[in-house]
Amino acid sequence: MTATKMHPTASIRQNLFYQLAGVAAILSFAFFLIVRGVAEQAAEMTQDGILSASATAIADALRSEGGAVVLDLPYSALSMLGTLNEDRVFYRIYTDQQTLTGYPDLPLPDERPRRGEPVFETHEFRGDEVRAVSVMRPVGASGAARNVIVTVAQTRLGLEATSRTITTTATGVAAGFFLAATGLSLWAASAALAPIERLTSAVARRGPYDLRPVTADTPTELVPLVDALNSFMTRLRASLSRTEDFIAEAAHRVRTPLATVRTQAEVTHRKLNKPEHRLAIREMIRAIDESSRSAGQMLDHAMVKFRTDTLASDQLDMRALIDEVCDRLGATADLKDIDIIRDLPDDPIPIHGDGILLQATLQNLLDNAIKYSPEDSRITVSVTPNDALWVSITDEGRGFGDADLTRLKTRYTRGANVGDIVGSGLGLTIADEVASAHGGRIDIKPNENGAGACVSLVLPRE
Amino acid sequence: MRFPRLAARIIAALTLLTTASHGYEVEQQMHYPSTQDGTVLRIISTADLNVFEPILLAFQDMHPSVAVDYVVVETADLMHAIYAEGASFDLAISSAMDLQTKLANDGFAQDYTSPATQALPDWARWRNQVFAFTQEPAVLVVSDDFFGTEHPPTNRDELIALLRESPERFRGRIGTYDVRRSGFGYLMATQDSRNSEAYWRLMEVMGRLEAELYCCSGEMIRDVASGNLALAYNVLGSYATSQLAITDGFRIIELSDYVNVMLRTALIPVTAENVADAQAMIDFLTMLETRPDLIAASNLPSIAQETFRANTALRPIRFGPGLLVFLDQLKRAAFLRNWEDSLLQN
Ligand SMILES: Nc1ncnc2c1ncn2[C@@H]1O[C@H](COP(=O)(O)OP(=O)(O)OP(=O)(O)O)[C@@H](O)[C@H]1O
Ligand SMILES: [Mg+2]
Repeated sequence: MTATKMHPTASIRQNLFYQLAGVAAILSFAFFLIVRGVAEQAAEMTQDGILSASATAIADALRSEGGAVVLDLPYSALSMLGTLNEDRVFYRIYTDQQTLTGYPDLPLPDERPRRGEPVFETHEFRGDEVRAVSVMRPVGASGAARNVIVTVAQTRLGLEATSRTITTTATGVAAGFFLAATGLSLWAASAALAPIERLTSAVARRGPYDLRPVTADTPTELVPLVDALNSFMTRLRASLSRTEDFIAEAAHRVRTPLATVRTQAEVTHRKLNKPEHRLAIREMIRAIDESSRSAGQMLDHAMVKFRTDTLASDQLDMRALIDEVCDRLGATADLKDIDIIRDLPDDPIPIHGDGILLQATLQNLLDNAIKYSPEDSRITVSVTPNDALWVSITDEGRGFGDADLTRLKTRYTRGANVGDIVGSGLGLTIADEVASAHGGRIDIKPNENGAGACVSLVLPRE
Repeated sequence: MRFPRLAARIIAALTLLTTASHGYEVEQQMHYPSTQDGTVLRIISTADLNVFEPILLAFQDMHPSVAVDYVVVETADLMHAIYAEGASFDLAISSAMDLQTKLANDGFAQDYTSPATQALPDWARWRNQVFAFTQEPAVLVVSDDFFGTEHPPTNRDELIALLRESPERFRGRIGTYDVRRSGFGYLMATQDSRNSEAYWRLMEVMGRLEAELYCCSGEMIRDVASGNLALAYNVLGSYATSQLAITDGFRIIELSDYVNVMLRTALIPVTAENVADAQAMIDFLTMLETRPDLIAASNLPSIAQETFRANTALRPIRFGPGLLVFLDQLKRAAFLRNWEDSLLQN
């Protein structure tokens, strides 16, 4: 069987995995950005919240005394700023173009805050970035109220530290999420492909001639493919069996009339006196024999093909098979005064397989030995149980000469040494196919002890 | 060995004192030369020489190549020297937590982190810039002579009640800090005003009884020990303990309602030239706990978390921006006005 070339594209598992991992990476990154964004915003809002609480507390403590603005700075207004972190704190109370108290160099807000609307700003002050909040509060009697601006500022080192922690945590969590998701993707890809793999191995496990429809569990998506495959196999099977039927039928139909023709030819041969007429009839008989042999072997070959499709695995005794074949061919051998020596063990040799096929094999091998041996010679049938079971048939015939031993097993191939011996070139082909179907082979070599051939059926040990 | 070292110190002290011209008043100054050639560590401090000398000498034992210049000033002068004049010192040691906090907050202190500073409890350091190495309670000191077998008051309410009960006995015979002059007194007074309503009542009563005002714990203890004063309020506990070793005639009482505990702190100013030795000194100070000999010699109680667990009335003053509040000029003016209204009734 020649393997047709396929063009494998990227594996589904890999594609699925990369796609899922890609999605996981995108989600992880989005997750990271969102977590960090939200957390940093929360941290900033916390600082802004405390800053405005502080500024409001200071503004609430402002009052007017004798027309002057006075302030009793509440302790909590500044101490609350120290609760979250150890950031530096600055403040400035400003009214009437002058600083009432606090840090006179702390910048005033660019935009004047309106009542109830604090202004937040971020800028540099004394070497650090500060977050500043400013609130405005009118102080004094409603007619002569003076606008006081309270600015409270705090450095953002704590915020930066928080932000670093959040970034680290978010990175860790996102990485963990990514790894977990990737692991799950791997699993999901495998799980998704498991039915395909089951199906693949169900199909791959089959013997070369197993053309039964696939019945393994099939995921919905693959049902059309499997259906197509099954229907293809059904057609193939039908086509194969039609071919075999045809051969068998043809062989049979050819053989029967040939037998009649041969009988007639022999009768005629006996009646004829002229040598040239007798020669012509003998050649005719020989041609008939060839045709008949070919038809018989073709029929056997078709039978072999058919039976190996669904190879029987019966419990058999190799010794009994050999005996039977030897008995069957005994008469033919006797005609040539050939002595068949059975060098067999006493005990049965148990094997599993198809008895009919194995018999056909042995028969072909023994038939060859008899056919290609001279009269009054010996043929030895021996069994050597090694690591494999060797059934060897050794003769004292003409041997293979310098024929290409490997080619002898191909169909319709006969050796150059056959002379006028009738044959079709299918015997070793049949033997080889049966041996292969049983997991074994046919071994062909010259007889080690002198002239002749030694052909063996080699079967694996049970 | 001992003699030339002493002579060198005195000479150095004299020359420095005569040539100095600062906007701050140097009370004491001493140069401790090194036994090997090396660096000079310049310390500005509010702790008296006799208190700190054992620590300095022990430090020099461990770092023989470091000469030490030690300048003693008032808390306000220390602040002025570094904040306003940018005077170059390698280390500033002060009992005024609020002023040290302000120096750090306003960017006059350097960061420093070491295993020794990390080992401090959280409440004993701020911003990795201000490091506490002693915890010193403000206590009530009472005269043995005056109280005799009588039980002295154990909390502020009892103290107020006692003073109100017999004003004639106590008139002119109670003492406390003049918070206008003493940084420590001001810090304790402001913390008192935060902690308890009783504080203003107490000041009111003390004012009515014509309390004597002092600049320093030493004088208050001297007058209590001699029996001139019946009691003195808010005396520096570590100082009182050290005096008790050499004089008697007085008792130290930690009031049971609460006791403010001041933390003596060190920081490295940004203008420091010899940062490495200053850091070594900070490590040395923060590990004072491991040197009982020095604690005994200086009478400076080291930082010890257990003390606060043992006595829950003890309250370490918390670092943080809250300490800036009473340094606010308006706040300070208002506080002093209140204080004067209470204490200076005549
Ligand atoms: N025992 C043997 N001695 C010598 N040559 C042999 C022997 N067996 C097989 N061969 C050679 O191998 C060839 C192939 O054998 P194979 O049995 O396939 O064909 P065949 O005997 O010629 O025809 P048939 O199909 O009728 O058996 C033979 O033609 C012959 O040349
Ligand atoms: Mg043959």
